[in-house]
Amino acid sequence: MKCDGIPSGCAISGMMSEQGRRIDGRIIIQSIACMHDRSNGLGGGFAAYGIYPKRKDMYAFHMMYDNMEAKEATEEFFKDYFNVDKDEPIPTQRENGISNPPILWRYFLEVPESKLEFLTERDYVTNTVMKINSEIEGSFVASSGKNMGAFKGVGYPEDIGRFYKLEDYSAYIWTAHGRFPTNTPGWWGGAHPFTLLDWSVVHNGEISSYGINKRYLEMFGYKLELRTDTEVIAYLIDLLVRRHKLPIDKAVMCLASPFWKDIDRMEPEQKKTATMLRQVYGSTLLNGPFSIIIGHSNGMIGLNDRIKLRPMTAARKDDMLYMASEESAIREIAPDLDEVWSPKAGTAVIGTLNGEVE
Amino acid sequence: MESQLPAEFAVNVNQEKCRRCKRCVINCSFGAIEFKDKVTPNNKLCVACHRCATLCPENAINITENPLDYKDGYNWTPEIRKNILKQAESGGIILTGMGNPKPYPIYWDHMLIDACQVTNPSIDPLREPMELRTYLGAKPDSLEFDGNVSLKTELAPQVKLDIPIVFAAMSYGAISLNAHKALAMAATRMGTLMNTGEGGLHEDIAPYADRIIVQVASGRFGVTSKYLNRSAAVEIKIGQGAKPGIGGHLPGEKVGEDISKTRMIPVGTDALSPAPHHDIYSIEDLSQLIYAIKEATDYKKPVSVKIAAVHNVAAIASGIVRAGADIVMLDGFRGGTGAAPMVIRDHVGIPIELALAAVDERLRQEGIRNRASILVGGSIRQSADVVKAIALGADACVIGTASLIAMGCRVCQKCYTGNCAWGIATQKPELVRRLNPELAADRLCNLLTAWGHEIQEVLGSLGINAIESLRGSRERLRGVGLNQEALDILGIKHAGIGQ
Repeated sequence: MKCDGIPSGCAISGMMSEQGRRIDGRIIIQSIACMHDRSNGLGGGFAAYGIYPKRKDMYAFHMMYDNMEAKEATEEFFKDYFNVDKDEPIPTQRENGISNPPILWRYFLEVPESKLEFLTERDYVTNTVMKINSEIEGSFVASSGKNMGAFKGVGYPEDIGRFYKLEDYSAYIWTAHGRFPTNTPGWWGGAHPFTLLDWSVVHNGEISSYGINKRYLEMFGYKLELRTDTEVIAYLIDLLVRRHKLPIDKAVMCLASPFWKDIDRMEPEQKKTATMLRQVYGSTLLNGPFSIIIGHSNGMIGLNDRIKLRPMTAARKDDMLYMASEESAIREIAPDLDEVWSPKAGTAVIGTLNGEVE
Repeated sequence: MESQLPAEFAVNVNQEKCRRCKRCVINCSFGAIEFKDKVTPNNKLCVACHRCATLCPENAINITENPLDYKDGYNWTPEIRKNILKQAESGGIILTGMGNPKPYPIYWDHMLIDACQVTNPSIDPLREPMELRTYLGAKPDSLEFDGNVSLKTELAPQVKLDIPIVFAAMSYGAISLNAHKALAMAATRMGTLMNTGEGGLHEDIAPYADRIIVQVASGRFGVTSKYLNRSAAVEIKIGQGAKPGIGGHLPGEKVGEDISKTRMIPVGTDALSPAPHHDIYSIEDLSQLIYAIKEATDYKKPVSVKIAAVHNVAAIASGIVRAGADIVMLDGFRGGTGAAPMVIRDHVGIPIELALAAVDERLRQEGIRNRASILVGGSIRQSADVVKAIALGADACVIGTASLIAMGCRVCQKCYTGNCAWGIATQKPELVRRLNPELAADRLCNLLTAWGHEIQEVLGSLGINAIESLRGSRERLRGVGLNQEALDILGIKHAGIGQ
């Protein structure tokens, strides 16, 4: 099929089987490759859920190291903080123009009971991620969730996908990103998706409210080290949903809240909720142009800024939910769709896992 | 003894143009113009309030600085010499009004605002919603939901502002009832607040009570349970930027029938506000008063605590928040006053920009920034100052002097004389009458409307469409010509540094 991409900004694409069917990585590569012209070769990446069924209860850490010293220091750290069930290089194939990759290694980790006296397991893991990223020079956590992983680097997304041999993985959620970096340098850690625990974010846009989002997160102990605005999205959703236990539809109302003029017209109960969310969580409002796809173990969320300054199309076919910067990237992999729509500004598209992951 | 002080200003009357209508004579409330066959100024009494020049139908009056040269001296300036002469003649403390006029650094003027180019589009406020709505009051760290639907959390009382600019505390006594009426009407029309100061609530402005902050200061003038409950919020005034650490004094001659009723003191007695509250000698006492007020208002009104910006302001503010205040009001050393000793006004306190930055950062470090709103004033001169203050971390700004100027004030700094020719800072009926509350309210609304539009323009250029995305977003400010220490305190980078 012919692909008529419009050359502007980054590209994102996401697909999910709400039944939990797992699909291999060639499809998502095909979708993101369709939007080649939206990237400039300075970053591409994928998040995949359901890829480690044999070790699905362990934290899968995908690591990037600048050098052997960083690897050794991090492995010492892991020994102190976790039980390491297995570690191995992340399989890659190197004949396709991807240059200067860091050392890529993955670890399957369990948290020792003894460490959890004063905090929850996921807070513990969050803290270790923050510690590694901020304290171990040359060491970077690409992903840290259970039964999921991020595969990213500097290059066009389709090249990165082949570099990581994504055809060998099957997932019920895939998200992908092609990057056209403007305000942060292209480096392997800086490619999307950004992740924390099982949250992953691919993002097209720029967060103009980054300054206050960052300061707000710092109040809750998050350390923002990555020289990019996308990580605030991952941390905000972690704070709102995991730590503050907001329902997902309420959390996205914080990130892209309705306008006051619309809130004022809501039914009383709904109006009270929307007003209070803005009063309490005003600092989490993501302002500026964005379209994002957030992945997590139980689903996928697509969201636009409040006045839709970045493109996003969604579609359904049977148990599949698709979202992408352009309809062409969806038609490329699913020409025959039940439903295609352009989500309204500030209105989330929420995919939920209904079945058992196969 | 005849004063040796030379006149500060010269009133120049063009006798050829003058048609001897005597309007200037009638209008000069300082007695600086007499009629002796022709209009004859007494320069020594002129304060440059411009009343005569503004109202002269022939445009025949011009006021200049008295061109009296002093022997040059960088150290012994004319002002210092004049002050010494005054004190040598009187033996008294030099009184003054309005805010600190000295050339201390103005940090607002050393901060610049970001704007969008290419990668994030700017937003046109004429086409898209551009939200300024702000809620003052304590917020919890998080909201709790029952199941996935209904809210379990109840919020502490919140006051809605349609524009994040509030009129500053100025008492009935310091300013006239007509000025108070104008402020109350404008606050109501614009969806913002005025503040009684510590002069009590006059019955004429009681109908606007849900747009009024009522103040409880050390004199406790006019404070009753009814007073506390007829309000949008209650403010405990600990200190004022123009005169940190000292009290207030409304002379008995200003305490007429009306003020006597409103303040609940006998006619003709001096209204003395002690320097401290005599029931607050430390933070735990403040907490008692905060909760006494909350009890008296059934926990339905946010309680604000106003302090002057002093050296240790961050720690004090943190204590105030922990003591239970819903709002902390910070008043910088350039804030105005109806009357203050010059030595205090010009030499005590710190700039609001630094105080605000330090307080916001401290509350964040302690994880209690949500627990109180921050209001700042002293002196907010223009919409750009509001934008910069909010970017540094303020929830809203208060304007005193700017609102008086909008009503006609010429900043002659003679408020303490009670002779205000514009009917603002006076209680003399014949002068008060000069200020038409309706017209003054229109002018105040115009000012806020204009500033509101300007703030929306800046938000649009920043590529954001809600004021909460600016609040505390110091990343959007850059310093120019500031040293590293000032930049660190303000929490901003120097211009030229990118992300």
